[in-house]
Amino acid sequence: MASTTTAPHDAHADHPTGLRRWLFSTNHKDIGTLYLCFALMAGIVGGFLSILMRIELQEPGLQIFSNGQMYNVVVTGHGLIMVFFVVMPALIGGFGNWFVPLMIGAPDMAFPRMNNISFWLTVTGFLLLFTSLFFEGAPGVPGFGGGWTVYPPLSVSGHPGPSLDFGILALHAAGAASILGAINFITTILNMRAPGMTLHKMPLFAWSVLVTAFLLLLALPVLAGAITMLLTDRNFGTTFFDPSGGGDPVLYQHLFWFFGHPEVYIMILPAFGIVSHIVSTFSRKPIFGYLGMAYAMVAIGAVGFIVWAHHMYTVGLSLDTQRYFVFATMVIAVPTGIKIFSWIATMWGGSLRMTAPMVWAIGFIFLFTVGGVTGVVLANAGVDRELHNTYYVVAHFHYVLSLGAVFGIFAGWYYWFPKMFGYVVPDWIGKLHFWLAFIGANVLFFPMHFLGLAGMPRHYVDYPDAFAGWHRVASIGSYIFAFSLIVFFYGVYVAYSRRERAANDPWGLGATTLEWTLSSPPPFHQFETLPRITGSDH
Amino acid sequence: MSTTPDPDIEDRAVPPGPAAPTQGAPRGLRTTAIACGITVLGMVGLSFAAVPLYRLFCQATGFAGTPRIGTAPSTAQADREVMVRFDANVAPGVAWSFTPEQTEVAAALGETKTVFYRISNRAKVPTTGIATFNVQPEQAGAYFVKIQCFCFNEQTLAPGESIDAPVVFYVDPELAKDRDLKTLSTITLSYTVFPAKDGRPMAATEGAADKPKL
Repeated sequence: MASTTTAPHDAHADHPTGLRRWLFSTNHKDIGTLYLCFALMAGIVGGFLSILMRIELQEPGLQIFSNGQMYNVVVTGHGLIMVFFVVMPALIGGFGNWFVPLMIGAPDMAFPRMNNISFWLTVTGFLLLFTSLFFEGAPGVPGFGGGWTVYPPLSVSGHPGPSLDFGILALHAAGAASILGAINFITTILNMRAPGMTLHKMPLFAWSVLVTAFLLLLALPVLAGAITMLLTDRNFGTTFFDPSGGGDPVLYQHLFWFFGHPEVYIMILPAFGIVSHIVSTFSRKPIFGYLGMAYAMVAIGAVGFIVWAHHMYTVGLSLDTQRYFVFATMVIAVPTGIKIFSWIATMWGGSLRMTAPMVWAIGFIFLFTVGGVTGVVLANAGVDRELHNTYYVVAHFHYVLSLGAVFGIFAGWYYWFPKMFGYVVPDWIGKLHFWLAFIGANVLFFPMHFLGLAGMPRHYVDYPDAFAGWHRVASIGSYIFAFSLIVFFYGVYVAYSRRERAANDPWGLGATTLEWTLSSPPPFHQFETLPRITGSDH
Repeated sequence: MSTTPDPDIEDRAVPPGPAAPTQGAPRGLRTTAIACGITVLGMVGLSFAAVPLYRLFCQATGFAGTPRIGTAPSTAQADREVMVRFDANVAPGVAWSFTPEQTEVAAALGETKTVFYRISNRAKVPTTGIATFNVQPEQAGAYFVKIQCFCFNEQTLAPGESIDAPVVFYVDPELAKDRDLKTLSTITLSYTVFPAKDGRPMAATEGAADKPKL
């Protein structure tokens, strides 16, 4: 797929081809394409694991897994792959690399070689994680089954085999890749904007990536520290998290969630940026409340660092600590509400066109709001004690991530596909994909609210018969969602077999950002003469 | 931790050309990248600094059920009485029996109490163990003050040896003022004996036995 992006207008001398182009690439668009292909591939692996889970849970009793540990290995693999090797590479590495330089009028990223290192480190991390599935973790069972949060003591004394050591190194590699990527984005955005493009004129997607990059920069090193301590606890006799040597397992949870909570915003903020552009384009209006939208993302990022213990209400925090974290968590609903409101206000009175990217974006707004509402419910410490580690939580974070971030990825895909690859995916395919995915994902995840409220816990391979009905419904939803991906790939196939050329500005009025001033696909090196941005700030 | 960049930075656009970074990055780029790199190193440093800070924080505030260590009996007294229950556990790897000699005592706030735990080594070799401890509910940790405890030190028991290990404690009368603990009637003090490692449990790490803190 990717090699066909070689555009007709690349007469430039500095234009490697074949393996040299893709292995040694320093071009932000090629690296973006590599990231997108990688994320799709990892998404198939992660999605396959989730289908295994749904096949297993379709009926009470054991179906395809011989034991619960093996099931938990699959759950853990699904979580880690989706977070670190699908959503992050697609949104930040893929669309971020592709469109941040284009949108701010820069010729490339600030450090193109570092960009290449970031990509291949991500691939290395994925291979390490994949390898970990085949080494012994818990005695007699391959793989690590302690969940994506890797809590000790289960991850230390419960998994003596080498599997998790591969997993920890995988996270180190992926984390280093993301930190380098974040440095690259921050440097690019702060230093390489086209003349006249102040930060207050910068497109919202570039804003979203800038905030995301700061979150990565501050959060990932803490994860790296925490999992390094875990690694030395496991292998070198330290006792950071081992009470027998003076450590405390709860400290790991604090460190992990200090990373983990910003991480969920890292996954959703770029999708916010994408959706802002799509809503504005297909309403033929500038985004409502631009500055509010930009600073709402800054606020979400900042507040995201001081709410981590709402993942830990059950570890015995004092009531005052819980009161604080309940309050701080609910505060996040305010900037998030500003964003939802502004998207709706942008559409209000606009000249709406229901193209494929637009229906994906509206789907995103709707589903993200549902996930946000259950998030406010879970923010209450008292309610959370009942719902902690139940399927209600699973439903909540899949509404914001699987249906939020992933819908954002597909919205961006249909919006920018003609720009990135120069061909047109027929609109009906994008819409069919949307409706199948929308129905499938809701049938899949909405019943999980009921299961969770009824007491179905996470990370269990089996359940009482009372839960069988909604589990069966959820499994059917997952098959519908999986089928929608076949439609997705069919769309790509149609685009490349029909080779219908996309216009430079296929979406017409409303698409005002700089990428639409270039050809489709853009030239290998763009902005030989920097664009000059005029007009006042927002 | 501001994620807001200065909106006034706008004149630093570099000359175009993707070849620029190969000849050393322009100054603006380098400065930003170095600042980012320092931030990353700083955050890694902070994550490790969190370990001793968290320990100090737990000891100072009684967070997560960490009992306090006191030097002298309480001067204040209060009328309210709480039941203090005792729990004893042995981690795998130590062949000890370990039981409190009383399962509970009633203690008035501020009253100094002494209880004994009986520890017997049932192994055929001398064994060294160390007990970690915790108070439930965890919020009560801040008010549970130990003056003397066998858990401050490692214990080495000869084969077949038994000892009566004392714990001297009082419950701080300040507890009566904590609205979170208004209805508290029972505090459980729990010990788990682990095989001794090089490190020592939380409260013992600072050399608490010879120079008690707080």
